Amino acid sequence: MDLRKLFLILVPYSWLLALFLIPFAIVLKIALSDYAIAIPPYVPTLDGIGNWSDFKTFLSELDFENFIFLTEDELYWRAYLSSAKIAFLSTLMTLLVGFPLAYAMARAASEWRPTLMMLAILPFWTSFLIRVYAWKSILSQEGYLNQVLLWVGVIDSPLMILNTNTAVYIGIVYTYLPFMVLPVYAALEKLDDTLLEAAEDLGCSRFQAFWLVTVPLSKPGIIAGCFLVFIPALGEFVIPSVLGGSDTLMIGKVLWEEFFSNRDWPVASAVAVILLLLLILPIVLFQRNEQKQREAEK
Amino acid sequence: MAFDSGSAAFAPWEDPGQKPLISFKSVTKRFGNFTAIDNLTLDIFEKEFFALLGPSGCGKTTLMRMLAGFEAPSEGTIMLDGQDIGPIPPNKRAVNMMFQSYALFPHLSVADNIAFGLKRSDMPKSEIAGRVEEMLSLVQLSQFASRRPHQISGGQRQRVALARSLAKAPKLLLLDEPLGALDKKLRQETQFELMDIQEKTGTTFVIVTHDQEEAMTVASRIAVVNHGKLVQVAPPDRIYEAPNSIYVADFIGDVNIIKGLAKPESDNRYAIQWCENHAPIIGTSQHAFASDDICHFAIRPEKVSITRDRPTDRTNTMQGKVLEIAYLGNISTYHVELPTGQVIKAQQANNRRISRRSFTWHDSVWLSFTDTAGVLLSQ
Repeated sequence: MDLRKLFLILVPYSWLLALFLIPFAIVLKIALSDYAIAIPPYVPTLDGIGNWSDFKTFLSELDFENFIFLTEDELYWRAYLSSAKIAFLSTLMTLLVGFPLAYAMARAASEWRPTLMMLAILPFWTSFLIRVYAWKSILSQEGYLNQVLLWVGVIDSPLMILNTNTAVYIGIVYTYLPFMVLPVYAALEKLDDTLLEAAEDLGCSRFQAFWLVTVPLSKPGIIAGCFLVFIPALGEFVIPSVLGGSDTLMIGKVLWEEFFSNRDWPVASAVAVILLLLLILPIVLFQRNEQKQREAEK
Repeated sequence: MAFDSGSAAFAPWEDPGQKPLISFKSVTKRFGNFTAIDNLTLDIFEKEFFALLGPSGCGKTTLMRMLAGFEAPSEGTIMLDGQDIGPIPPNKRAVNMMFQSYALFPHLSVADNIAFGLKRSDMPKSEIAGRVEEMLSLVQLSQFASRRPHQISGGQRQRVALARSLAKAPKLLLLDEPLGALDKKLRQETQFELMDIQEKTGTTFVIVTHDQEEAMTVASRIAVVNHGKLVQVAPPDRIYEAPNSIYVADFIGDVNIIKGLAKPESDNRYAIQWCENHAPIIGTSQHAFASDDICHFAIRPEKVSITRDRPTDRTNTMQGKVLEIAYLGNISTYHVELPTGQVIKAQQANNRRISRRSFTWHDSVWLSFTDTAGVLLSQ
């Protein structure tokens, strides 16, 4: 291997090393430490290690106590499960809302498409926090939604939406919608219209042609969109803490409380390490999907 | 020509007792202000290999899309097998189409592409596999059944598209520029394959093409279309030998057009006065011209002989100077300038070595042709 190739490979790997592997090693080390009333709030630390025997003592003080603790307290695995459930259901809902949107965009006259695309991306130009807080004033009991519904006469008394899981679902679907719409749109836009004509010519109704041609051919986009929504939704912290109630259990919130309320860095780090390991599985699946798609396009 | 050889010539269009498979009855199709098809009437018969030939934008594709059901006529009716197909959607028509882009489903294997239409039909599941097998062997692709469209070559894709459109045994198969994406050699081979398959299956084929050579090779009849109207509908030899207008003569192959005044001589012989100080051209015409009618004498370059000395046995002779020689290997085309300034193209087979050719650039030569070699056209 010549130097140029080595250099080319070196750049992304050192990037990965500096920004992913080293921070992960630090977090893992904290997860293996013990809680202490100190600054930083854990022991042992790497400070003052001068020789080999010091390092050996340091290693002997690390243990898996915190990981064992996570399995003992049911709060944690319930939080993981509930996060997975919320992430899964909201991904499904985002798909149900996003697919028709992307489909309409792809079917729109070509001079309209850039505008529609712009509208889909536009919310990103405002702070995410502000948008989530805006939902608070929409969904609260005196909020706009309840006022409209009362005025129309659909309901007699205001609905309790804010501070429930429903509000969390609405928040996630709203926030992550563009992540679903854009890849699905990209897949649908590439779709050759003559394929649908061919399907009709061969005896399909419009609906069958959609189901047998459009949907399978947009599958790579659908899979990409689902992962792009599911992965960040699983560890979501802001939306459940702003819109969710006290009974909304999500691992991101547990993590935050462990770090900042309990100041138990080792347990919080253990929660983070497990979350990361759980996320690796969908990320690997996502990568494989991308790889397969690239090969198919060759 | 697929059928015209032999004694039992295939010519149902000449038999008034034959019922056409397709008939366009005063069909007009407008897109906004643009008239794509203009009051067109046409009959196509069973087992015909019918070519729609014309320049791009002439309306030939619109005609085909109306047969497939993707466009509805603005006026008039289209009958298929005695039934008005206007209100029938594409998926309910006994018509299949082979698309110019082939439109193969990229997510399905070759076999599944061919089976796609059969699965939508009422064919029992147990018979589908057999039919797919049959179609695959018809187009010689049996060993590629499990490949995806992107894993096979362009020529193979073309054959998959053909097999897919034939799988449902349609009454009528539409082919939209089916060979357009193939290179010349493969295109010529595939033309013969197409004719072979058409004969084997006995299906009526309607092909859209802008390639006149392709239309001449495969079709039993050709319709020359221009500006949404049929200019001429006839078998390839009639189109070539007896074009009904300058447009057709010029569109199909190469032609010399000489404008002049008709002077009837006897029966259908005419003397065409085309230049004051030159003997008139003697020609024959099936259509009558009155004395002093303006006419156009059209003659194909290969029917004009070129010689060094004046031939004595030809009715028409004229002298000129070689201006240009296009050497095409098997034949050469000579551009000969007459004293009047007019340039006449003459074609000759290169049956002698080129070094032994007896004339070259700027040589004075004689052009000659018989009185039946050309046709007289009024417009």
